[in-house]
Amino acid sequence: MRYDKQIALPEVGETGQQKLAEAKILVVGAGGLGCPALQYLAAAGVGNIGIVDGDVVNETNLHRQVLYTNSDVGKPKVEVAAERLKQLNPEVEIHTFSEFLTAGNAMDIVSNYDLIVDATDNFAARYRINDVCLKLDKPFVYGAIHRFEGQVSVFNYKGGPTYRCLFPDKPAENQIPNCNETGVLGVLPGIIGTYQATEVLKIILGIGEVLSGKLMTLNLLTNSTRTFEVSRNDEQVQKAKEKGLAAREKHTL
Amino acid sequence: MKLTINYFGMIAEAVGSSKADFELHGKTVSDLKNELENTFPDLLGMSYQIAVNQKLVSSETEIMEQDEIAVLPPFAGG
Repeated sequence: MRYDKQIALPEVGETGQQKLAEAKILVVGAGGLGCPALQYLAAAGVGNIGIVDGDVVNETNLHRQVLYTNSDVGKPKVEVAAERLKQLNPEVEIHTFSEFLTAGNAMDIVSNYDLIVDATDNFAARYRINDVCLKLDKPFVYGAIHRFEGQVSVFNYKGGPTYRCLFPDKPAENQIPNCNETGVLGVLPGIIGTYQATEVLKIILGIGEVLSGKLMTLNLLTNSTRTFEVSRNDEQVQKAKEKGLAAREKHTL
Repeated sequence: MKLTINYFGMIAEAVGSSKADFELHGKTVSDLKNELENTFPDLLGMSYQIAVNQKLVSSETEIMEQDEIAVLPPFAGG
């Protein structure tokens, strides 16, 4: 009953719905991108969802992080998100990690999931997700925003390019500002996070063209979307693998 | 050669435009980066990649007249 309208799609059907129920998806970051991604993934019946975020809800989050309300200010995001998603769809199993993804916990957390959603807001986390996903051979769906522009791609999918193939070196954190510094229109992460959820569903269902080997950019002010081809760079893949290994060694110590 | 370049994100802010003509004297992507950084010193030290005809390319790639150029930085925000 709940999923009738998506099961009605021949591309989904009962078989696709079963695939969704069996999927294990980790969403890293329960902010602007994570909120819409989580809502749509839970609503669609993705069976097992992990949420990683060490932050608490802040009043300045509310214009874009639509899972949260006024009364949630000060509460851990993952706890509030889990509660809302349970209300939305009690059939979904949700695991929360009320911490940031670090070199120490990344391997343990990521290894339990099939597919990762990078909904973070800083480069350290993005490169960490890339390197750990490469080490564990997991694909991840990338989304990032700047003012009125967004980027979406899928990395490490079936031997496709990684984030380091696109942007080899991690920029200094102070070089490129995040939303807290530049400002952001609330709908932008809504759109990009929803795109990320779309790619997740397509990958689980095995339908359509996955944004692997492609970087999609979107500009809300000009209504322009562009798609750029990205090639795999074996030198960068090797570098990422070494970094992933370093993360594991650090963890073991 | 005269090129039309699309600038994205904070690169567009540094250059002061999201689309503009640029006169390239050299012929490779590496030349283009050097000339862009000479013209727009704010780009120095910024992280970005160049796409030629909607394809991300390396520094050695040669640029032809009429090629469509995009300058793409990574975005941090989420």
